[in-house]
Amino acid sequence: MVDAATVAGGVDAVLGRWQRDPHALVQILRETQALTHWLPRPLLAHIAAALGLTLAHVEGVAGFYRFFHTRPVGRTRVLFSDNITDRMLGSETLLAQLCARLGVAPGEVDAQGRFSVDRCSCTGLCDQGPALLVNHHPVVTRLDAARVDALADLLLADTPVEQWPAAWFDVIDGVQRADVLLSGLAADTPALPAVLAQSPQALLDEVATSGLRGRGGAGFPTARKWQACRDAAGDLRVVVCNADEGEPGTFKDRVLLASHADAVFDGMTVAARAVGAQQGFLYLRGEYRFLLPQLEQVLARRRAQGLLGRDVGGVAGFGFDIAIHLGAGAYVCGEESALIESLEGKRGTPRIRPPFPVQAGYLGRPTVVNNVETFCAVAHIARRGGAWWAGIGTTQSTGTKIHSVSGDCARPGLYEYPLGTPIAQILADCGARDVQAVQVGGPSGACVPASEAGRAIAFEDVPSAGAFMVFDRTRDLFEVARHFARFFAHESCGLCTPCRVGTELVVRRLDKLAHARGAGSASAFDIDRLHDLDTVLHSGTHCGLGASACNPLRDTMRHFGAAYAQRATAPQFQPDVDLDAELSSARRATGRSDAGAHLHTDTPA
Amino acid sequence: MNASSPSPRKLRVATVSLAGCFGCHMSLLDIDERLFDLVERVDFDRSPLTDIKTVGEHDRCDIGLVEGGLCNAENVEVLRAFRARCTVLVAVGACAITGGLPALRNHLDVGDIMQSVYGRVPDDPELPLPLNRVLPIHEVVRIDHALPGCPPPADAFWQLLQDLMAGRTPVPAPGLIRYD
Amino acid sequence: MSAVDPTFDLDGQPVALQPGDTILSAAARAGLDIPHLCWSEEVSGSASCRLCTVLAEGRPVAACVTPAVAGQKVECRTPSLATQRLRLLQMLFVEGNHFCPGCEKSGNCLLQVQAERAGMTDLNFEVLNPERPVDASHPDVLFEPNRCILCQLCVRASDEIDGKRVFAIGGHGIATRLLIDSPSGRLGDSALSVDDRAAHICPVGALLPKRVGFAVPIGQRRFDTEDTRG
Repeated sequence: MVDAATVAGGVDAVLGRWQRDPHALVQILRETQALTHWLPRPLLAHIAAALGLTLAHVEGVAGFYRFFHTRPVGRTRVLFSDNITDRMLGSETLLAQLCARLGVAPGEVDAQGRFSVDRCSCTGLCDQGPALLVNHHPVVTRLDAARVDALADLLLADTPVEQWPAAWFDVIDGVQRADVLLSGLAADTPALPAVLAQSPQALLDEVATSGLRGRGGAGFPTARKWQACRDAAGDLRVVVCNADEGEPGTFKDRVLLASHADAVFDGMTVAARAVGAQQGFLYLRGEYRFLLPQLEQVLARRRAQGLLGRDVGGVAGFGFDIAIHLGAGAYVCGEESALIESLEGKRGTPRIRPPFPVQAGYLGRPTVVNNVETFCAVAHIARRGGAWWAGIGTTQSTGTKIHSVSGDCARPGLYEYPLGTPIAQILADCGARDVQAVQVGGPSGACVPASEAGRAIAFEDVPSAGAFMVFDRTRDLFEVARHFARFFAHESCGLCTPCRVGTELVVRRLDKLAHARGAGSASAFDIDRLHDLDTVLHSGTHCGLGASACNPLRDTMRHFGAAYAQRATAPQFQPDVDLDAELSSARRATGRSDAGAHLHTDTPA
Repeated sequence: MNASSPSPRKLRVATVSLAGCFGCHMSLLDIDERLFDLVERVDFDRSPLTDIKTVGEHDRCDIGLVEGGLCNAENVEVLRAFRARCTVLVAVGACAITGGLPALRNHLDVGDIMQSVYGRVPDDPELPLPLNRVLPIHEVVRIDHALPGCPPPADAFWQLLQDLMAGRTPVPAPGLIRYD
Repeated sequence: MSAVDPTFDLDGQPVALQPGDTILSAAARAGLDIPHLCWSEEVSGSASCRLCTVLAEGRPVAACVTPAVAGQKVECRTPSLATQRLRLLQMLFVEGNHFCPGCEKSGNCLLQVQAERAGMTDLNFEVLNPERPVDASHPDVLFEPNRCILCQLCVRASDEIDGKRVFAIGGHGIATRLLIDSPSGRLGDSALSVDDRAAHICPVGALLPKRVGFAVPIGQRRFDTEDTRG
């Protein structure tokens, strides 16, 4: 263990490195926790005092992010990625195996404080899962029983992570079909300085001509967003790359950042030139912490090459640099205004709009936030022209789109196609057989049954943020929807009533159908309740998380109603609670076990 | 009063107080002289007012009014019998609808409470065991209507009964929905 | 354009708007009620309760933070919005531990009156029965978190009016809760004074000045009407 004085010195060094800037609170908490494993209240008080913040504010921020621990954890923290695709690959069995070997329950720390084991939301390694995170930093992929057994030995021996087998940490790109983006920038295209030599308006015009729309899911026209930022009042402007790839089943940004980081940074720099921004951020999700060193290297090299800093690319007066901020486990920060709040060191609660980020974003400055893939596309468009990009895809959906394919298929990985490609083609290419459904765009997207595989991925048909999870006929889509419901309840920021309470009520009702909480059998009444909750959540939440939280429920109830009906066979209403369990405390106090000391939960016929 | 068409037969009405204080029953009696109208048009089945012990023993009951939440196993059995025999079941008062003031004990361990109150806890099988939590009745049976209030105003009772006797869906008039 | 003041249409009635108006603030000035809980003209909006959700040109928006636009058609009193409000209120009731008969705020409680007006007779959902210990440590103000609806009015009043930053929001999802800024986390050790606006702005009975409960007789409370029993 590190002693208290060393910890205090380390924390003060962290505070100094961030110049005691309260807007860096999330980064300061993250770096502090890397030293201390968890964040005790006195430590939060110390940080609050140093930053001029209240303790309650710092506590509120620390309690918001899933990767910050305000209670003791082990010196080595193991977090199993808990996407449905990890589960389909057996992650729950492996988690149980590890916990049994270690003698701890999920969420617990062992008596000597050596290790703790828990779950986390999707880590973006669905094509090489089951996966886990160690100390929020390295990832272990391709888990199996043998690897988990060896992992238990290392944890029990308190072996430092640096001494674990290096092969465990292999992360492959897994590109299965490359089109323009994944093929990289062609050698015969102009270098960035030549691109930047064009006028900002010319750059903006090319993007407008390209018809490029945001790849993060909402599909807002990129040029229109940039124009609004450029037109907004203010001296300082900001460009943010949203690399908070939190949508379960999506991992394309991981590969773009690992292998095409220069294209991403090129795109950000073009955007900065076009809108007149000086400051850039890459907001990297905490789960991708392992990419940080190489990304920092790329940025350092670009500074040395004159592609960042003053007079970028030789353009006099064009100053622009990029800093990397890390998230700390909060899906909602993928929403652009929540992301900006997080960049400012606050809880990642989506902002009230208007004002929109392009008007008043980071620190009130006009801010463009675009997805990693969007910036990558910009790098290509700026070199080869908007008309070239517009010639790919369909009229309304120009260019290509990268799909993160996982689940029941022979060849998971990345597949890039022109927009407008039918789902059936992707299914054929990835070797999916006996398909029941595809979750396109992740849980907040659409569950498309195999019968609709002729539909195309495009803004005008089935839009997608990039996830493509395949479920064959052996899968129970009710359980898929229940898994996603738990995900949304876990990730709700808690601001608005329908999302905060509604997502929890959906989970409880689905648990009742799954008979998971000891409640009575389910009936048609419970199905009605689910429709009711779905309506409430689709009728006015604060942000898209709540609005889409019931998408999997709605889609699966519509297309796979039998999976629900077979669980709702009771002829009449049945209790919501486990009545016999409700007598447990009195049974213990009285020592009774006679028939009268028990209750049937199901209503007798 | 407005004469609705007379029922072909008298409706049977049952009432019960589970984990309640009988305040709702007192409020029902507060309809005062309208009780004369009521007994012209309904027969009372099981009720603290009749001393009949079993609901709908010979016939189904048309309307069951349930006061109080569920604090023990016997409450659950009685409620289930009501639900099984009553065509229309109405949760009456704050306790039936929310658990009410008895549910204030829900954050305490009922076994610990029994231990500290009794010392040697009675274990006679005749005694109903208390539930860990006092529950509102809609979590255990389906309810058809609810009449909030602590207690519901007498006028609310009268309106509800008139609506049900006339075969209408009861909708409390503004001012008759109260929670205290 | 004509010289008359710009208006928007709220359920068929023209509502005059001024620069900076939200749908809710303009309606409130015109004396038209849009049901709400977390909004107060004294502080900035939080848009958290969503009770004021209206349809602006058919799109659901929170009236408390959505700018009023001249000529826009806004609907508040539709059957589906009435159901939506009812469900939101029921969600708030099952989320906390709300026992009106024993609450000092009864009759003066905005949550209670909104639910009464929405025609709420039952809870519809299962009660969540959260574990939320009462904080009575402050000499003059009671903090009863069982009744907190996370409207954030106290947070914003303390930040924006009192300048004390006594409150913050902690946790996430269903475990979201109100935090108090003090070394112990308890109200008695905080900088809150009973004279602060934050001590009085709570729309429910979560933050209450002590020793004034039940002082006003039934029949004369803020939301009592002639129907209220004596």
